[in-house]
Amino acid sequence: MEQASFLRDRLLPIGTVLLALLALWYVFVVVLNAPFERDQAARAGGTIGFMELLPKTMAQERPVLPAPHQVFAELWDTTVNKAITSKRSLVYHSWITLSATLLGFSMGAVLGVLLAIGIVHNRAMDRSLMPWVIASQTIPILAIAPMIIVVLNAVGISGLMPKALISTYLSFFPVVVGMVKGLRSPEQIQLDLMHTYNASPAQTFWKLRWPASMPYLFTSLKVAVAISLVGAIVGELPTGAVAGLGARLLAGSYYGQTVQIWAALFMAAAVAALLVIIVGIAHTRVLKRMGART
Amino acid sequence: MTSMSDRSLSDTVVSAKELGLTFQTADGPVTALTGVNLAVEKGDFVSFIGPSGCGKTTFLRVIADLEKPTSGTITINGMSPEEARRRRAYGYVFQAAALYPWRTIEKNIALPLEIMGHSRDEQKARVARTLDLVNLSGFEKKYPWQLSGGMQQRASIARALAFDADLLLMDEPFGALDEIVRDHLNEQLLELWARTNKTICFVTHSIPEAVYLSTKIVVMSPRPGRVTDIIESPLPKERPLDIRETPEFLEIAHRVREGLRAGHSYEEHA
Repeated sequence: MEQASFLRDRLLPIGTVLLALLALWYVFVVVLNAPFERDQAARAGGTIGFMELLPKTMAQERPVLPAPHQVFAELWDTTVNKAITSKRSLVYHSWITLSATLLGFSMGAVLGVLLAIGIVHNRAMDRSLMPWVIASQTIPILAIAPMIIVVLNAVGISGLMPKALISTYLSFFPVVVGMVKGLRSPEQIQLDLMHTYNASPAQTFWKLRWPASMPYLFTSLKVAVAISLVGAIVGELPTGAVAGLGARLLAGSYYGQTVQIWAALFMAAAVAALLVIIVGIAHTRVLKRMGART
Repeated sequence: MTSMSDRSLSDTVVSAKELGLTFQTADGPVTALTGVNLAVEKGDFVSFIGPSGCGKTTFLRVIADLEKPTSGTITINGMSPEEARRRRAYGYVFQAAALYPWRTIEKNIALPLEIMGHSRDEQKARVARTLDLVNLSGFEKKYPWQLSGGMQQRASIARALAFDADLLLMDEPFGALDEIVRDHLNEQLLELWARTNKTICFVTHSIPEAVYLSTKIVVMSPRPGRVTDIIESPLPKERPLDIRETPEFLEIAHRVREGLRAGHSYEEHA
């Protein structure tokens, strides 16, 4: 019964959309890669029939748009068939990016929470800090990332830290915004109650504001962890980094290796999905322990 | 033997003299309270009744140091409201139960005890005792959403009782509940008052509720918020629910209604 509803409610709709997307993808593969095949045929002094052209569009070495099965073959080849210590293993590259992501995300989350606490408890910080927090996100990260890396390199910081800092730069923002709202979410009546007990600000924080902000915290952490990954990848682009998903993307575009680019993109998407799912599970667990209705 | 004046001084829990409170709003000043003179004696059950905007809740909030008066004086057990609050002189029951949804009922009741630094054993004992007092034993581990509205409000009363303040301030605690639950809780509240000998200030807009519960009824009227009548109830302390059909009861209810009407008339019906 339960499985039947899982099949009907989850698998069927998601599967249908997936199939439709795959079909559309193949259509575009044929349409986008056909000119190259026609060109080849013309150069050889002939024309090419559709039935002849069809399989060729899906087996090019450097297609404009690689076919799904090419991408998945590449993914399989670079994850399962390579030792994870190999420079050609996507698992290896993912780990490089993931470690920067996790470090940056942790720093961003802590920074975001601390700033939110300051903003909620201090009028001066509320007035002075929030505009800067918002302004920080209006600067394109692609413009600022190379500068961060160059400046940090000049003071002798390189490797993981610069990438993590770019992740932090992106990920603290949703945490600040979410936590300011979360820490202000207790109703006046709940705050009045604390006042009648003559509770200290610390007691009001730990017994009221902090637990009340949990749903907001996890919602913003989900956003933050996904853009942390984006930050780490962006951080790998301008350095000409030799390892990481960003480096794979860059190398792929240098050499026109579209299959490699797409494989790296899918890997990045999978890692992002995994991170969001992990935060989501933590979210559910914590709220369940806090007595939320299930 | 203390002298008469000493005795009466120490037995007055709340004493307000020419108390006034004006809120500064965007539309200009609003007089929420003016010229309030009132003494609440130890063991009194005082009801504040009046239409919305008459300042009854504001007055309760002034006692609780949730609002600051702008004129006149008020003392709680001879202290300023702020000092009384710092000494945790009162328990406050709000219109809504305001239970923290992430705490179980026992944890909610233990909240003030945690803040006031009672030991774990002491907390446990007090939680058990107050839960019993409001007939909620057996619901310790439930979360607020698992309880009905009436039970939630009882839990919030237990929370206000847990730290044994002598003064209980209640702001329309049963306003959102249906008539039958309300009757039941009124009965339980009287029982609790008799058992604990606390002083209770109770805000309501229900005439039968005010007359049934109180030893003293303060009738208030709006614009500006003020006291128009103070009625000492001659009803005995022991009050079964059907006392509400006796002539004495109806007579007091009549006087309260007249007081409310007098306070109202020259504005709405002029």
